Amino acid sequence: MSATDSQTAEVKVDIAQLRRRQPRFQGLESGHRACLGCGEALAARLVLESAGPNVMIANATGCLEVFSTAWPESAWRVPWVHSLFENTAAVAAGMEAALKHQRQTAKVLAFAGDGGTFDIGFQAVSGMLERGHNVMFVCFDNEAYMNTGIQRSGSTPHAAATTTSPAGRERMGKRHLKKDIVSIISAHHIPYAATATVAYPSDLRKKVRRAIDVEGPSFLHVHSPCPLGWGHDSDKSIQVSRLAVETGLFPIIELERGELTSVMPIRHPRPVVEYLKLQNRFRHLFADDARAREELEHLQALADYNIEVYGLLGDGPDPLDTNGVDSVRRGGAKWA
Amino acid sequence: MIEALEGSQALARAVVLCRPGVVAAYPITPQTHIVENISKLVADGVTDLELVSVESEFSAASVAMGAAAAGSRAYTASASQGILLMSEVLFNISGLRIPLVMHCANRAIGAPLNIWNDQSDSMAVRDAGWIQIYCADNQEAIDSTVQAYRIAERTELPVMVCVDGFTLTHTLESLELPSQEQVDGYLPDYVYRRSLNVRQPISQGTLVGPDVFPEARHSHHQALINAIPEIERANADWAAVCGRDGGALLTVEGDPDAEIGILAIGSTIGTLAEAMEEFPDYPKVRLIKLRVFRPFPIEALRAACAGLRKLAVIERAFSAGMGGIVGTEVRANVPGVTVYNYAIGLGGRDIPLTIYPRILDAIAGDDTRFQILDVDLSRLPEEDR
Repeated sequence: MSATDSQTAEVKVDIAQLRRRQPRFQGLESGHRACLGCGEALAARLVLESAGPNVMIANATGCLEVFSTAWPESAWRVPWVHSLFENTAAVAAGMEAALKHQRQTAKVLAFAGDGGTFDIGFQAVSGMLERGHNVMFVCFDNEAYMNTGIQRSGSTPHAAATTTSPAGRERMGKRHLKKDIVSIISAHHIPYAATATVAYPSDLRKKVRRAIDVEGPSFLHVHSPCPLGWGHDSDKSIQVSRLAVETGLFPIIELERGELTSVMPIRHPRPVVEYLKLQNRFRHLFADDARAREELEHLQALADYNIEVYGLLGDGPDPLDTNGVDSVRRGGAKWA
Repeated sequence: MIEALEGSQALARAVVLCRPGVVAAYPITPQTHIVENISKLVADGVTDLELVSVESEFSAASVAMGAAAAGSRAYTASASQGILLMSEVLFNISGLRIPLVMHCANRAIGAPLNIWNDQSDSMAVRDAGWIQIYCADNQEAIDSTVQAYRIAERTELPVMVCVDGFTLTHTLESLELPSQEQVDGYLPDYVYRRSLNVRQPISQGTLVGPDVFPEARHSHHQALINAIPEIERANADWAAVCGRDGGALLTVEGDPDAEIGILAIGSTIGTLAEAMEEFPDYPKVRLIKLRVFRPFPIEALRAACAGLRKLAVIERAFSAGMGGIVGTEVRANVPGVTVYNYAIGLGGRDIPLTIYPRILDAIAGDDTRFQILDVDLSRLPEEDR
């Protein structure tokens, strides 16, 4: 078709069809060994769809590493290296330093779970952020050590039962609070930090693009349900993740240089029990027990606290009269 | 050109002559002077390497590992507690077959806290799958550094160049640094076949099950064995470039026909050679300087020990509850030679020239049990003696 033709010919395009046919970059291929409904596998796939092929990954030890690369198979279509559990941020920093010295443009991504970010890998993450490496660090948070069999981590929510914080006659699951990692990360005053979940893929994609485009360290904290560890049906991962947001337990926010710059509003917050009752790890909280009721109140108070400090109810009337999360001021929309 | 240089300063310049792309390190005595000197060379624009001053030795090794995997020549250095902290990464680097070079400025390990020289640190990671080279003096340390990069990159094995802390790192010597042309002619640009590259994506560090794991381990072991001729070639070729031959796997000094021998590693050998001249009334011995401890050069060792009746193995580390480390390995590999085994100079205790007659007196008897030869038992309670 010549240039003149293109101006005169009537173009008929089925947008929906075109969108379906548009190839998306598949950095993490199908055929790996993740469980049915794995939030982490979905999150990693979504991240790479947006990140594109010009990336290199340093991956921490954990489910993501194990299910994707049982030798001689690999589900990765981008350069990928797994060294150890706790050094992912440092390995990524080394890769970035090398690319910088070689004057290459590929972006280095670091993938870790909550154990590799909140706990054992924390020091290396902090050092990498402080030194300002051009690395996008993604924490796929499934709130416990799932690869070793569901042990509590610094990310496990208060009162959740794991194999090392079981519920029993004396205990109501984990006694401590979930570490506020995004605040700690943000306190490094890095250019960009954000939270996201697999329940809002377009929000996640936009944040990945934003985090990739940043020159310097960026951090994505992705809520990634684990059907096995959380004890919910495999087909409920998205619903569970969505409820984590809608209850206020997992606020969807963006922070730049330590300042809160964007919040996904939830205009009509759901009670936390709607989120908790879908998951066996909170089953003990629904027993006829005064302590269980107290813990439920405690968890509701944590959600209310988030709603308050992050202003999750929004700051004005909603022209579309929605719940907020699906359409209005979606996090990352600013950068779309 | 011969210059008066502190060991660390010379090592820093030797490293920079090898044109690394990334250097990562964390301060620890007595390694610090090396990294400080590299930092100054970066600040002065002598080199364009990326200097990453990390938050721990664990990250130092990890950053160097990531850089080497991503296609840049990389370097790190540490000592003592730092070697132990990075030990998990050291095993990982060699298992991934990443060509990396590091210096270990040998220092004791606490507790009790001690910052002075012995070799407990590098000996503790002897099973990490690295090539280990022990330097007798700073000239050897310079030359070994250049050779180490070529060995590492040809064998795809990491190399730890061990230099005695303070004794070498903080000592001023007259040293000859090679020219940039000499190093460039000897050491080609960094090539690592399994570099991470967006145009040819590979997955490194995958999960390997029991169906392949023993083969992977065997291949690593065999690579170390196969490194022996590569180490010999690296030394011979470097000698051809600069005219200095510090010896490849080991060197025999003293009286080559003596039936009594002393084997040592690191800077101790210089003290023993000096002492041999100082005590002419004592018989001259065959002095064996073991330079390469991993891979363990069994054939070369047997050849060096041929005709020996007695051999004293002197080391600056030991395995508590068992005995000597080098001594045990030597004893297992030199049939027909009575091996005596002593640790000396632990935690920086001075090794005087009089250690030489003391060793010879000790091996005159039949007691081949391991001893810390310079220990003063009278300072210990009865039950600890």
